[in-house]
Amino acid sequence: MGMEIREYSDSWEREVSDALSGRFGAAVEIAGSEVRRLFTKASRDNIHDVCRFLHDELNFEHCAIVMGVDMVDYMQVVYVIENYTNFRGLLVEITVDIQNDDLHIPTVSDIWGGANWHERETWELFGIVFDGHTNLKRLLTPDTYEFFPFRKSYKLRGQE
Amino acid sequence: MMADGSGKEGAGAEPTRAQVDAEQEFDRAIVEGKFDSVDMRKVLDAEGGVMDMDKMWITMGPQHPFSHGLWTLIIQADGEIVTDAIPIVGYLHRGWEKETENRTYPKIIPMADRLCYAASMTYTHLYCMTVEKALDLEIPEKAKYIRIVADEINRLQSHLMWLAAVGTDMGNFTIFLWASREREFWMDMNIRLCGARMTTNYPRIGGVRNDTPDIFDRDIIRCTEHFEKMIWEIIGLIDNSSIYQSRMVGTGIITREQCANLGITGPAARGTGVDFDARRDDPYDNYDKVGFEVPVLTAGDSYARYVVRMEEMLQSCIIIKDAMQKIQALGKNSPYRLKAPSRVPAGRHFGRIEDCRGEAMMYLVSDGTDKPYRLKVRSPIFINVSASKPLVQGCRIADIPVIMAMIDMCLGETDR
Repeated sequence: MGMEIREYSDSWEREVSDALSGRFGAAVEIAGSEVRRLFTKASRDNIHDVCRFLHDELNFEHCAIVMGVDMVDYMQVVYVIENYTNFRGLLVEITVDIQNDDLHIPTVSDIWGGANWHERETWELFGIVFDGHTNLKRLLTPDTYEFFPFRKSYKLRGQE
Repeated sequence: MMADGSGKEGAGAEPTRAQVDAEQEFDRAIVEGKFDSVDMRKVLDAEGGVMDMDKMWITMGPQHPFSHGLWTLIIQADGEIVTDAIPIVGYLHRGWEKETENRTYPKIIPMADRLCYAASMTYTHLYCMTVEKALDLEIPEKAKYIRIVADEINRLQSHLMWLAAVGTDMGNFTIFLWASREREFWMDMNIRLCGARMTTNYPRIGGVRNDTPDIFDRDIIRCTEHFEKMIWEIIGLIDNSSIYQSRMVGTGIITREQCANLGITGPAARGTGVDFDARRDDPYDNYDKVGFEVPVLTAGDSYARYVVRMEEMLQSCIIIKDAMQKIQALGKNSPYRLKAPSRVPAGRHFGRIEDCRGEAMMYLVSDGTDKPYRLKVRSPIFINVSASKPLVQGCRIADIPVIMAMIDMCLGETDR
């Protein structure tokens, strides 16, 4: 697809969701859409392929967020991917569930350099390991920390 | 050494004739291509290994005049040229996102002010906008315009603070004083609008805290018109100076593709050819109803980023004048605040805003109680500073303050 800048039209969300379901079928679930927003769910096995497809085929050049959410029974990694040209301003949100006993997920920092620090941050705060990441070291918290402070099991004062 | 009379072991000893001949023969053999590529590789590796010892790691920061806050840039320098850089942040990590899980929604508003001290209202605006989206609340027209005006005042004072910092980075104290003086007028506008200079605590979930006072309506136009004249004096001070030109033009160059891939946003990206501004391309509040232009330059050096910021300041003045007309047309009696429920229904919502430094986002996961389940802040500078290695690689050590000043560090939001 070309790199030319286009003006917004309300068919964009459907175009992107059609492209995703055309390539991945039922493996990528389209959870809903709003104006300039598309919410999808992927799995750990295909998240790297989905990101590669969004980056290479649909020109999603910018990875805005990689974040973790502790749902107590399981963990989630949320990616927010953004386009600058042919779907300018469109955000695709990809949610991936991972089980507490196997907190591993492939890295996307080889696709977007900007995801590098997001993944380091998510690792140090949630303990989610990004396989293939080149430099998974603590960034914000002291190097001596042996716990992951943003997990729900880590209680703050007054939070029992 | 002199006493035993040998003289041959000393550092300054003359090489023997045989050594010189051997060396010359070796050099000739390289030139004539007598070595195969494997041998050649070994020779070059050996020389490169020796060269590596000349490189030096220098720690700049956390207490360093260039850093504008607490952060460290460890650079590897080969003579005067920077070959590698490792940014280190985290000195100011307060666990902001975790702290919000322990507070009710309205109590997070003053906390959001403390994310960024230079433009506090943009983050409060973003937080309120995200919660309003979760509540499915449509705020009054007037509140939207007031928020636009407040945002642009904050953008102006943040950019002026950046300009003052750039001035001292390049050794010109006049620019620091002039920019600080102009900034003081915008601080006065903050005082007239909400009573505080920096941490304003002004937007509310469902609108803004108070209507614009009469004294604000009168002075904001005077202040804008005054500033539109005064900014040209500062521009003249910089653009007519060959010292400024030689330190900004052609330094810190990255390509547009690199810039997008590394996640650099905001004026630094618009100076590199990324034609994107959330105010225009993903309009929030009433930004689609006021007229303004987005400056985009493709040069990708420090000077382009400087021009983009200066042009943004002029555009902010246009936005303020336009929005103030709309506020006055709505009249004094139109509502500016709605009552918002304290419990937010379960769901996931995110807000996006064009902060003065780049693209700021908040991602809210709510579980139906009066406290957020998880609130993530996407800070633009956190990602911009992660790209400092490609930005400073190949430049001179003296250019680092200027290049890093062009992404306008603010550590409060970086470390959160």
